[in-house]
Amino acid sequence: MSSETFVVAYEGDPADPAVLDYAIIRAKAEGAKLLLVHVLEWSAYSFLTPQEVEERHGRRKKELSRANEVVMAPALQKCEAAGIAADGVIRYGQVVELILEETKKASASVIYVGRSGSQSMAARVFGSVTLGLAQLAPVPTVIVP
Amino acid sequence: MFNRIASLFALLAAVLPVQAAAQGIDETINTIFSDYTGWYVSLIFADLPGTNFSWIALWLVVAALVFTVYFGAIQLRGFAHSISLVKGDYSDPHDAGEVSHFQALATALSGTVGLGNIAGVAVAVGIGGPGATFWMIMAGLFGMATKFTECTLGVKYRNEYPDGRVSGGPMYYITKGFAERGLPGGKILAVLFCIFTILGALGGGNMFQANQAHAQLAGVLGDYPGWITGLLLAAVTFLVIVGGIKSIAQVTEKVVPFMGIFYVVVSLIILLMNFDQIGWAFGRIFEGAFTGLGVLGGFTGALIQGFRRAAFSNEAGIGSAAIAHSAVRTKEPVTEGYVALLEPFIDTVVICTMTALVIVITGVLNVDPETGLYIWNAEAGRISTSGEVAGVELTSAAYAQAFSWFPALLAIAVVLFAFSTMISWSYYGLKAWTYLFGEGTAKETVFKVLFCLFIVIGASANLGPVIDFSDAMLFSMAVVNVIALYLLMPIVKRELSSYISRLKSGEIKRFKG
Repeated sequence: MSSETFVVAYEGDPADPAVLDYAIIRAKAEGAKLLLVHVLEWSAYSFLTPQEVEERHGRRKKELSRANEVVMAPALQKCEAAGIAADGVIRYGQVVELILEETKKASASVIYVGRSGSQSMAARVFGSVTLGLAQLAPVPTVIVP
Repeated sequence: MFNRIASLFALLAAVLPVQAAAQGIDETINTIFSDYTGWYVSLIFADLPGTNFSWIALWLVVAALVFTVYFGAIQLRGFAHSISLVKGDYSDPHDAGEVSHFQALATALSGTVGLGNIAGVAVAVGIGGPGATFWMIMAGLFGMATKFTECTLGVKYRNEYPDGRVSGGPMYYITKGFAERGLPGGKILAVLFCIFTILGALGGGNMFQANQAHAQLAGVLGDYPGWITGLLLAAVTFLVIVGGIKSIAQVTEKVVPFMGIFYVVVSLIILLMNFDQIGWAFGRIFEGAFTGLGVLGGFTGALIQGFRRAAFSNEAGIGSAAIAHSAVRTKEPVTEGYVALLEPFIDTVVICTMTALVIVITGVLNVDPETGLYIWNAEAGRISTSGEVAGVELTSAAYAQAFSWFPALLAIAVVLFAFSTMISWSYYGLKAWTYLFGEGTAKETVFKVLFCLFIVIGASANLGPVIDFSDAMLFSMAVVNVIALYLLMPIVKRELSSYISRLKSGEIKRFKG
């Protein structure tokens, strides 16, 4: 078994399991382990009302437990069922920045990212996560259609 | 959604007769209020014997001086650290998703930046001359220490509820802090503070704002009945605070800071266009600060106006900021004190000074060409201005000298500032309300609906004595709060010393930069 780690930029859309499925196949073939990174978009510079400020701590807890239950736990179970060693990380912030940070931290050798991404206007103007990773990643990035 | 709209119409139906009646009984309310509360208003705003300087402004200025000395000019030696904290240099990346220092500061600022910066400054400069600006800046700089003290305490004694909500404010630091120090009377002071906060929220934080927003809109669109503005503002506020429609609040919370930034940028452009006069304007400000340059009362006239308007604009010592700042994510209460001290700096030292400089540079204040002194309009009790306007219209006239479209934009800005101030104060009032009556949807809705009703009344009626009374309530908050701050400041000092020593030893880590 190699000591390689593959990072999966995991959006967690159950209707689009392609990226996780492909990463599992590759990890199995190469004997690597997977690190699933799920990022909740967040800016420390956004503006909140006083009421939102009061509720923020509680909401964050709920968002994290929901992301864990709905996104991360099923994905990790899928990896386990396929016989792949896998870890999961849930972070708040900018998606591209945090996936790159986790990649460096884990000394991962490949990043797998889905192509679906966001089709929103903002993504078209400012670039999607997929393109951002392809441009900035220090390791080979596989875009899974 | 349909339920919400239906309930909105139900509310409007309830409001209409009330509002019509309110106009009819205007005079009765005024008389009753004057009879029963006039003495209290006079007491709070009473001038010190032999001056026209209200003791409450002196109360706030003295407090600011005491805290400045007691904490060793924290606003100067801690300024750079405050900026680092706001930038997130000391925020643990794993706390991302919680309320950041920047967010707490922005939320608190949206409650204070507003009419004080636009209309208040024009009043100060109109009566006290350019010299008032100097004293306003001084009061703003000293007020930073007051905010530091109250917001540190706000975070230290906040409540964290089992469902994850975090909130605090003077009522909590008064109760818990007094108990910790073994001081009597904490509960009574906290209850008093809450009563003043509720009444202040309904008045200064609501009716006054609605009233001024309508005045601005009527100025641009032509005169029309105030209840129309009132109903519109009340409907939008109702959707936000009762209906929980976050998108409106989020839009406002995003637009208001940009309005603020835009206001500063326009001011800077006007100043750059008159670059050669900036030195002269500062000269007038310094000269006026010590001579008055022809204003009534000379040097003291300038000083009084500057101090008074600064205290009324940045709310340092009133205790509202302590409520706004208390939910930030930090293990160190002092860090929020550091961040909060930037508030009077941005509000008073930066934004108010911009307004004052533009008013001075654009020459809307009439000067006697021979003596160089300002021409005093004794009848109006202020400096003679072009068009003989005062208050927000003076600011509008000054900016219109450079950009003719500015008055329309200013009207929009005033309405938005007024709206965001109302949203903030509805929250401050609600926190005081729940402290007194307990939490619960029904109890909270009673206050929120009451708050919306007062918007309609504020915009449509000319209830001078009622508004005076609620202003008096706002400053009564400062009387209670500052007494508590004096008694609790040793706790803040202990926190500060411990924090600074751990910062120096490296125990408190810097994560960025």
